[in-house]
Amino acid sequence: MTDTISDIFETLKEKAASESAGLKGGAEVLITVGTATCGRSAGALETLAAIKAAVKENSINARVMEVGCHGHCYAEPLVSISKPGWPEIYYGNITEGLAPFLIKNFLVNEDPALEWALGAVEENEIVPSVYYSPRFGGELRRLLARCGRIDPENIFHYIAEDGYSGLVKILKASPVAAIDEIKKSGLRGLGGAGFPTWRKWSAVEASAAEKKFVICNADEGDPGAFMDRTLIESDPFALIEGMTIAGYAVGAKKGFIYVRNEYPLAVERISSAVASARREGLLGTDILGSGLDFDIEVVQGAGAFVCGEETALINSLEGRRGTPRLRPPFPAERGYKGCPTLVNNVKTLSYVSWIMARGAEEFASVGTKDSKGTVVFALAGKIRNPGLVEVPMGTTLRDVIFEIGGGIPPVIKPSQLPGEKPVMKARAFKAVQIGGPSGGCLPESLLDTPVDFDSLREAGAIMGSGGMVVMDEDNCMVAAAEYFLDFTVKESCGKCVFCRVGVKHMLDILSRITRGEGAEEDLATLEELADKVKRGSLCNLGKTAPNPVLTTLRYFRNEYESHIEEKVCPACECEKLIAYYIDLEKCRRACDACVGSCPTEAIYTRSDRLKAIDQEKCVKCHSCLEACPASYDAVFLVSPANAIPEQKPDKKSDGARDGGGPEKRKE
Amino acid sequence: MTEDVTIYIDGREIKAKAGQSLLRAALDNGVYIPNLCDLRERETPEASCRLCFVELEGVPEPVTSCSTVVEEGMVARTDSWRVRELVSAAFELLMTTHPVDCAACPGNKRCALQEIAKKMKFKLKSGRLPEILRDAPLDLSHPRIGYDSDRCVMCGRCVYVCNEEVDARAIDFIHRGLKMTVGVFGGGPLAESSCISCMRCVEVCPVKAFYEKTKETDV
Ligand SMILES: Cc1cc2nc3c(=O)[nH]c(=O)nc-3n(C[C@H](O)[C@H](O)[C@H](O)COP(=O)(O)O)c2cc1C
Ligand code: SF4
Ligand code: SF4
Ligand code: SF4
Ligand code: SF4
Ligand code: FES
Ligand code: FES
Repeated sequence: MTDTISDIFETLKEKAASESAGLKGGAEVLITVGTATCGRSAGALETLAAIKAAVKENSINARVMEVGCHGHCYAEPLVSISKPGWPEIYYGNITEGLAPFLIKNFLVNEDPALEWALGAVEENEIVPSVYYSPRFGGELRRLLARCGRIDPENIFHYIAEDGYSGLVKILKASPVAAIDEIKKSGLRGLGGAGFPTWRKWSAVEASAAEKKFVICNADEGDPGAFMDRTLIESDPFALIEGMTIAGYAVGAKKGFIYVRNEYPLAVERISSAVASARREGLLGTDILGSGLDFDIEVVQGAGAFVCGEETALINSLEGRRGTPRLRPPFPAERGYKGCPTLVNNVKTLSYVSWIMARGAEEFASVGTKDSKGTVVFALAGKIRNPGLVEVPMGTTLRDVIFEIGGGIPPVIKPSQLPGEKPVMKARAFKAVQIGGPSGGCLPESLLDTPVDFDSLREAGAIMGSGGMVVMDEDNCMVAAAEYFLDFTVKESCGKCVFCRVGVKHMLDILSRITRGEGAEEDLATLEELADKVKRGSLCNLGKTAPNPVLTTLRYFRNEYESHIEEKVCPACECEKLIAYYIDLEKCRRACDACVGSCPTEAIYTRSDRLKAIDQEKCVKCHSCLEACPASYDAVFLVSPANAIPEQKPDKKSDGARDGGGPEKRKE
Repeated sequence: MTEDVTIYIDGREIKAKAGQSLLRAALDNGVYIPNLCDLRERETPEASCRLCFVELEGVPEPVTSCSTVVEEGMVARTDSWRVRELVSAAFELLMTTHPVDCAACPGNKRCALQEIAKKMKFKLKSGRLPEILRDAPLDLSHPRIGYDSDRCVMCGRCVYVCNEEVDARAIDFIHRGLKMTVGVFGGGPLAESSCISCMRCVEVCPVKAFYEKTKETDV
């Protein structure tokens, strides 16, 4: 049988070699465009069309290929060109308008247009490599290795890039060997909780039940998280192979991929990938002649965040209301239709293929004592290079944010007047929110925390789905907590009283505080409710919902106190606690840019022809601050809202609007 | 046929039936533990009301007794401060969503909330947290059953009997979060549902959000 497996796989590999011949420096020009969801929202499909047109127009002999997402959001649409005689080069932000010039310059005129290049993909003597930049060089890509490098719909590209070698290896060994390998690797669930993967596997394997199931959790509902979507859209076969290995290991013949319903492209790509795998005998009966039967059904989610919780997911899959069930029994004992069921995340299962192919030892060669391997974060917020970042477990937050992510970008005021230069204002780091609505906000003093399951939990955050939102001095921590609780309140399934009612009371208190109506006892009530909701809720959505409040109270308590005691929002973000003023020393008589920008005609011209804001009319829309030219920069914010800055009075006005000193002033 | 197991609740030795939940073992032996969502007819507990917490020896956090199966030698406390703290918080939260106008309520004197408040010495309204009341219209469409969803405490008993026991499938939970309520499939009044007037929902509703119409309660 072992020989049959090898023979069949050899045939597939031969076909793969010829199908993917052009992928690595062939004789032909190869142009790829990242057209996953994120690329598309940046206009990748238009870029693709423009490239195809330009290739045709210039009669260039080139292959144009759609690939998945590279994870470099800041550079979308991302195009790569491999031209014989040149290294492969990545180009960033290639819009539909730019594309024809790029094609013409490089492919007709031999000018590689390096001003648009991110760099070469390999070391060479002509073009600097992208790996010199920490955004590329600081990463260790395993899960993301193939993303953007292959045609995600072509199973032979996957096979050519080491795909299915893991399944072949383990089919020649045994299911127990698969579980042993996972145990040896130390892989922990990447769906959030970090539960040791082998334990779940052996629990399902140990059951004598005849029917067992494997479910891939691709519900990914955390705001800001999109790594599961990216993996499915860019490298779907890794997941399919991983599920097949899981099915083999635990003795399940059927798998479900439960995909979030807002992910149409992911559903399309994974469905087409499942069909290809079936066509090539890699799903279905007698896989690779090994006697293994395993097939996969793709199911679209019910569209609620809580359906990502494994028992709610199973309810939803069974056609019931997607609310969590009490655990235990855990799905491994009694899951889908009462049968033992393995539920794993997309990343976990994709990693299984990698581990089977490369071995547990190599997997565990990076990471910390109890968190091995790498982890993928979705870096977002106030960060120069947002996108997907894969790093070894144990990398510090500081390295992820400041090295790889490039740190906090300045606020740039664009030029508005002829000859004026844009003005930049540096912004300081304030906090990083990790783990989505169940996670926490960590301050500067914890930037040296290593990112691994246990260190993050200790600090009050969680790994969660891997969302990482960076916040700077303009972000109010009370407002941030309010934002996440608002999400939880909307997404609570409503079943149990602590989460349904308790979190709502917490949110109402936070909203009162950000409106400047907070009372002294509010913080104690918040803390008490947080504690009860954490301990009393039925499922982990409720149990973790207080985390954003608890961490901001722990690390940024002074911000809560200033909101309550002084009605000051230190970040000048909470609308009710701020006011807009015009600095008369800076305002120019000849200018009236702000006047027209104000939707409520709140800005008037004083007798000295300087401008001032009628606070009664101002609706705090921020337009005037943006309209005021960078070189004047006269509009500023104060908090509390009734802090009237000291300025020279208008002769004609009653003077009541002027005078006094600012409590807190922000430019 | 079922063997007995010996357990200890608040220091009292109790003979419980093997496989029974701790909550039912306690109630059967005269130990009161507040509860709303447990239903004898039901095998798997809903565990949503979060009122039946007890502390188990050797377990760090209080657990819900309706979802705990008795084990030989199990030692439980219903009266520790950790239990009381959680239960009173659950009750306080629940009562912020329940209109308290007992005199006008068809459930008056038969209401589980009144019973819990009395036995646990809780106030029906703590007054510390503001009320979050719904304001849904009364459903008086059905000839025999009235339904005031504002009073519902989301225990899930009616949903269970209607769907799993009598299989009428007239009502279910609809919407999420605070908007969650028991309603007719696809919306609409009870009279237009597949209700077979078995009156089971009325019997099991602990607060008489579903109630039998009488001359006094309805026109
Ligand atoms: C409210 C809530 C939402 C969740 N959403 C997801 C999700 O979108 N994707 C996911 O993989 N796990 C999610 N989980 C975790 C799952 O319950 C489960 O632990 C996970 O799928 C197990 O996979 P793993 O062992 O590979 O991590 C969620 C949990 C909760 C409580
Ligand atoms: S904690 Fe929230 S989401 Fe979980 S069961 Fe309770 S109400 Fe539903
Ligand atoms: S913030 Fe908006 S409303 Fe207020 S003065 Fe400026 S432009 Fe007018
Ligand atoms: S505040 Fe700024 S935009 Fe308005 S008139 Fe003065 S200089 Fe011009
Ligand atoms: S209507 Fe009554 S029985 Fe039904 S869920 Fe509400 S409180 Fe429970
Ligand atoms: S009776 Fe146990 S949670 Fe309701
Ligand atoms: S609390 Fe008064 S009738 Fe229920």
